[in-house]
Amino acid sequence: MNMQVGVLALQGAFAAHSDCLTSIGVQSVEVRTPGQLNSVDALLMPGGESSTMSQLLESSGLFDPISTRIADGMPVFGTCAGMILLASEILDGRSDQRSFSAIDISVRRNAFGRQVDSFESAIKSSVGDFQGIFIRAPRIERVGDEVEVLGSINNEPVLVRQGNVLAASFHPELSNDARLHEYFVSITAIRKKV
Amino acid sequence: MANMVSTNGSSSTGTNRVKRGLAEMLKGGVIMDVVNSDQAKIAEDAGACAVMALERVPADIRRDGGVARMSDPDMIMAIQASVHIPVMAKARIGHFVEAQILQSLGVDFIDESEVLTPADEAHHIDKFAFTIPFVCGATNLGEALRRISEGAALIRSKGEAGTGNMVEAVRHLRSILGDIRKITQADSAELFEWAKRLQAPLSLVQEIAETGKLQVPLFAAGGIATPADAALAMQLGAETVFVGSGIFKSADPAPRAKAIVEATTHFRDAAVLARVSRGLGVAMTGIGMDEINETQRFAQRGW
Repeated sequence: MNMQVGVLALQGAFAAHSDCLTSIGVQSVEVRTPGQLNSVDALLMPGGESSTMSQLLESSGLFDPISTRIADGMPVFGTCAGMILLASEILDGRSDQRSFSAIDISVRRNAFGRQVDSFESAIKSSVGDFQGIFIRAPRIERVGDEVEVLGSINNEPVLVRQGNVLAASFHPELSNDARLHEYFVSITAIRKKV
Repeated sequence: MANMVSTNGSSSTGTNRVKRGLAEMLKGGVIMDVVNSDQAKIAEDAGACAVMALERVPADIRRDGGVARMSDPDMIMAIQASVHIPVMAKARIGHFVEAQILQSLGVDFIDESEVLTPADEAHHIDKFAFTIPFVCGATNLGEALRRISEGAALIRSKGEAGTGNMVEAVRHLRSILGDIRKITQADSAELFEWAKRLQAPLSLVQEIAETGKLQVPLFAAGGIATPADAALAMQLGAETVFVGSGIFKSADPAPRAKAIVEATTHFRDAAVLARVSRGLGVAMTGIGMDEINETQRFAQRGW
């Protein structure tokens, strides 16, 4: 199947996500413009600074087209800052920070602390067990009824899904482990068949 | 050697992946030098992905002379309180106590910087002894690999800070990236000679031969003053840019900061670069390299 997965490349760890997709034989496209968005079947939103990405989404004219594509059912996977961009509610964000409200969760920015508190931890999930890397990570403080918790640490959700929207507070792209990318690609493959 | 990885149950802090991970998050963003919380807010509003808190921007350090040291903790804490984005701060080369202080303040990244007056003329800081990551400057690949072998999680070109002149940063990026390209073409016997010539650990040279890239992200710094400068560094192969004096020494910092952020994202799109370069007012005046005495160059500090 000729599937193209976009990686939002405005700012952040987009290169590591592209490498992960390449490692499982999936063609990836860096997305910085609405034209590039048109060519993709799914979109990955990487970690980075959510306030920076939020501003660049506006100045690059990508916010509304992405919003429309998500409403049409395009699969999206947000990690860390990418998860913040997808959340229905952002706590401790900038007052002008917009999000796509694509998944019914409340997320607190930098809730695990500064870099000195950033950590690695084992995650149990229904997709498999992972070594999660958490960098100045956001915390999922509320999960809506429609949201499925796929993975957690200390009984706290860190990997969630609602329909075609997948979100993680950690960084699967940093641990040389592409199983979550494979899982995301499988969501995209099912949608493409329909 | 103490390695500051600390493990609590199934959770560990200060690992290489966690340190290099923050450097990955900064890619494609702009890290801006700021001297107070007002400037930090302007930087965040403009879309900076991090700020570097320091008492004087490099252009003023260069003008004032004397000994340049770590900034006052009060000033760093005021900046931490004013923004959500990561806050970096500078320690002198080899001054591991300044670095200990910065770590205890909860700074997110330490720049062991040649812009400050070196505290040790033979040794850099043992960066494995810290939980938070370090960025170090380099003028060539050997210097970059020596810093990585000491635990640096991020390398930047030194350039010549405080000049508003790109020529040294371009030289350093071309040297680092050019040598990486050559190493990928070398046979296994030649790698021993490369390690000797670079004065760098053989294992790191062999790793580059295999992967074709540096072990940690490579950013550009030193002399970036315009959106075109940022895009030049990116097209040469830098993964993002630090802008020091270039923003707050210009006539109108806020729009220039925003323009450099957009230029760093859309660095291959000349139409965007043209649009964001318009109407920015006067850039910092800048200094030609022949106007700086050899002994006053920051880039030669570090060993």
